Amino acid sequence: MSWVLENVDVIAGYTGSHLLQALPPILVAFALSLPLAKLANARGWLRTGVTTTSGLLYAIPSLPLFVLLPGIVGTSVRSPLNIAIALSLYGLALMVPAASDAFRSVDRTVLSSATAQGYAAGARFLHVELPLAGPVLLAGVRVVAVSTISLVTVGGVLGVPSLGMLFVDGFRRGIIAEITAGVVLTAALALVTDGLLVLLGRLLMPWSRPTAGRRT
Amino acid sequence: MTGNPFLDALAWLVDPVHWSGPSGVPARTLEHLGYTVLGVLVAALIAIPVGLLVGHTGNGKGITVTVAGAARALPTLGLVTLFALLLGLGLTAPLLAFVVLAVPSLLAGAYSAVESADPATVDAARAQGMTEWQILAKVEIPLGMPLIIGGFRGATVQVVATAMLAAYVGNGGLGRYIFLGLGSQDYPLMIAGSLLVIALALVLDLVLLVTQRLTAPRGRLPAES
Repeated sequence: MSWVLENVDVIAGYTGSHLLQALPPILVAFALSLPLAKLANARGWLRTGVTTTSGLLYAIPSLPLFVLLPGIVGTSVRSPLNIAIALSLYGLALMVPAASDAFRSVDRTVLSSATAQGYAAGARFLHVELPLAGPVLLAGVRVVAVSTISLVTVGGVLGVPSLGMLFVDGFRRGIIAEITAGVVLTAALALVTDGLLVLLGRLLMPWSRPTAGRRT
Repeated sequence: MTGNPFLDALAWLVDPVHWSGPSGVPARTLEHLGYTVLGVLVAALIAIPVGLLVGHTGNGKGITVTVAGAARALPTLGLVTLFALLLGLGLTAPLLAFVVLAVPSLLAGAYSAVESADPATVDAARAQGMTEWQILAKVEIPLGMPLIIGGFRGATVQVVATAMLAAYVGNGGLGRYIFLGLGSQDYPLMIAGSLLVIALALVLDLVLLVTQRLTAPRGRLPAES
């Protein structure tokens, strides 16, 4: 415990870099998943292809992906950008199938009614389809957020600053409190983000009662 | 040395020198596979019975869903290093981490498999005089088999990745190459190790994916993972 109190500034710094590596991928995965899922849903074979590809991409362990990406996109192995790109890919692998399910969960006849009421395609998507897909989308984002925040720590073994450094440093120096602090903080960060997403969902979708979400 | 790290990595991979002995590719792959199978099996011994029971009786449903969800938030590297410090070097510490990380997927898979059985079907089985054990064994488990295998898929993905970190705390497996390369600034070696782990992960995932499709009861679409 005293280790934690003596190193509050170090921990705060790592928490900041941690969030900088975790939040952009969550946003990127969400934003890109919407058009990709719409595209995939347009054709059955495309949807199967996208779902299968996502599953296989997700099966790739994070550390090898962190190692391979720099050679492909030209970042450095120790660059936070490298971690953020890899995590965006994982985020997409989780989020695109979720978004595809979300849009499929919207009743076709409701969309037809909206069209009959004079909604243009864009407005219909924004004001009818997206809100109705909202609860399932939210469940997907929650899974992406929690898993992304936890995965950032793996970058620590490559020397990329994040709460993962507490594990690397704590292990090297044999400080159990340091590792414990890292585990607790990472989990707390993930659970707080998850809680904020639930709150955001209630604000944006006051009509939907919270559900346990689709956790697979 | 060609200057292109990927070509250098391929050159490393095809060099017969690296395919024999205790630190050769076959030995390291077997170690990695061994850790994975052991981790998933031990976790399954705990999680599958509990998941089936919760799914069948409906008791403890809330806790199961919460545990499965919250476990995602646990950083794997943190568990591996923490257990290594607490239990010392050796296989016990990583094995414990594998089990902790594999249990949630297996639990969720077994639980949702049983729960996905149509209540009308289950009642029909009960009306025909089946005992609760028979309902579980002959109705709920076969119907939900793809979801159970889906749980194994999730757990395997998780453990293959974590088994790499086992090398970080002094064990073998394919992670060795990555950490060896990291320590000696040998990027091609890190790539070679990464390609091997990715290949192993994808092969395991494909095998389980095919199993998932094959175990789907006839006349029913395979459940999505």
